[in-house]
Amino acid sequence: MAIDTAAPASAPETSTTDGRELRMRLWRGDASGGEFVEYRVPAQEGEVVLDVVHRIQATEAPDLAVRWNCKAGKCGSCSAEINGRPRLMCMTRMSALPTEEPITVSPMRAFPVMRDLVTDVSYNYEVAKLIPNFTPGPKPPEGYRMQQVDVERGQEFRKCIECFLCQNVCHVIRDHEENKEHYAGPRFFVRLAELEMHPLDTLDRRAYVRERMGIGYCNITKCCTEVCPEDIHITDNAIIPLKERVVDSRYDPVAWLGRKILSRPDPMSASEAAKHTGAARAAERAAKTKES
Amino acid sequence: MSVLQGTASPAPIPVEIGGVRGGPPRSEVLRRDLWWVQPLITGLGLLGFVAYGTWTAFRGDYYFAGTISGVSHLPSHYLSPFYSPCLVSSCPTAVRWGPIGNVGAISPALLILIFPMGFRVTCYYYRKTYYRSFWASPPACAVADVGSTKSGGVRSRYTGETRFPLVLQNIHRYFWYFAVVFAGLLTWDAIQAFQFGSGWGMGLGTLIFILNAVLIWAYTLGCHACRHICGGSLRKFSSSPTRFKIWSKIVTPLNAHHQLFAWLSLIWIACTDLYVYLVAMGTIHDPRFF
Ligand code: SF4
Ligand code: SF4
Ligand code: FES
Ligand code: FES
Repeated sequence: MAIDTAAPASAPETSTTDGRELRMRLWRGDASGGEFVEYRVPAQEGEVVLDVVHRIQATEAPDLAVRWNCKAGKCGSCSAEINGRPRLMCMTRMSALPTEEPITVSPMRAFPVMRDLVTDVSYNYEVAKLIPNFTPGPKPPEGYRMQQVDVERGQEFRKCIECFLCQNVCHVIRDHEENKEHYAGPRFFVRLAELEMHPLDTLDRRAYVRERMGIGYCNITKCCTEVCPEDIHITDNAIIPLKERVVDSRYDPVAWLGRKILSRPDPMSASEAAKHTGAARAAERAAKTKES
Repeated sequence: MSVLQGTASPAPIPVEIGGVRGGPPRSEVLRRDLWWVQPLITGLGLLGFVAYGTWTAFRGDYYFAGTISGVSHLPSHYLSPFYSPCLVSSCPTAVRWGPIGNVGAISPALLILIFPMGFRVTCYYYRKTYYRSFWASPPACAVADVGSTKSGGVRSRYTGETRFPLVLQNIHRYFWYFAVVFAGLLTWDAIQAFQFGSGWGMGLGTLIFILNAVLIWAYTLGCHACRHICGGSLRKFSSSPTRFKIWSKIVTPLNAHHQLFAWLSLIWIACTDLYVYLVAMGTIHDPRFF
């Protein structure tokens, strides 16, 4: 089968070149190093950055690596840094960028580069395995019921397309890589907030969020919110509410006294919550298979 | 799997640290917009307020504009918000709350400012501002934390709000409780600002005081700790309809503009103080509406 990405330059019939020339500086390289390479391509109307990158791939640089899928801002594959700002390539219009200088497109900085614009985002999947799962109580005879207001609350968090732009921009791991070992990052605070606000869920992840997910590392400087293409108010609606919940369980002496006096249960320990993660379940399954 | 047991010192998330990352050098700023403008302006704004506040707090004089009752058409209860509540014996009788006696030359403002100051310093919004402007951590999004690109340097490590002293930011809600009391006091001052030597009335100062109280309430009720206490802490909105209403109709809308009210109330406190100062000095005359 012929690979048509290496086909010679031919503008699609529907778009028009307007005579201007675009200068694009794309990062080329792999784990061992690399450099910006400048490409010149004619401007066409109505294009997004991903179109131009594809055009370069189709003409001058057939070996250029770039990850993409939907071209509609929905799959979260095409995350990169355009003129130094973390964005989706398929949702960034060329007309919104200044063209006097070359436009730089570089891979996400917080993750190891595999090749060119493609990074290895597996850190995020490792964190995902450590999120204590949704754990509803026993099913009542009439089935689970949720009121509309309770359903709506989590809707914002479920818009996440896992582009990991927020993880990439978060300085806790972007600039201090060693924190990856004990920090979940904004995308997973969104997930944890959704679970902690779920009316049917029965776990208490507050100790876990502090001790294991490292919420204290976030200094609420809001860059995650600034870059989120789904416009999730990550800091205001997920992280700060989680921080406040952690205050309830850990830093508020009056809340502590109240629990003692009213003999309310202590917050669930982090190790208890850890039993409900995907990783724990996988380990359990593995142990069982070994036995049998 | 050790990752799951014993969280006292949890096993690290299994990722490779310190490997080669590739990509452009970390110290290079690829942003081409004026990313430094915002932290600069907000930083200067905060410094300006700190400078003004310091001058005001140590001034210890001209913080009250009022005449002895019945004497004239002048206001009788204009008290600078930096000095409210006024607790020491040197305070003008009209506005003295009393319990503390003579404290000598110490300005009465210094006794109470810890509360509003603590409230603002631990506010989630101001934290963002000074972490960006003064700590440069980060100075702007996708711009490296200052010092982070030199490995082994003092600033190459980062612990956020997990350690002393920054872990103390978690007491914010206690400052909020006091802030509600202070908002009440400033409201009382605004009501008192309707009093003039010759009876009830209204001057330009009265309007300034009312606006001050309104902005303080807008700021205080939009606080994230307040949002949590009022309803955010709930797991199930539908079982607490009243708290849900307060959360969704009052606090959340104010919270969405928390940054705006943080600045407006900050600027307006300084303006209110300056107005009282100028009237007390006799530099300007308080225009009376009725
Ligand atoms: S607000 Fe917190 S999680 Fe979001 S980017 Fe900043 S430090 Fe990271
Ligand atoms: S929260 Fe927003 S920025 Fe983060 S992964 Fe989801 S969609 Fe992307
Ligand atoms: S290609 Fe799917 S989000 Fe850009
Ligand atoms: S968050 Fe700003 S005052 Fe509480």
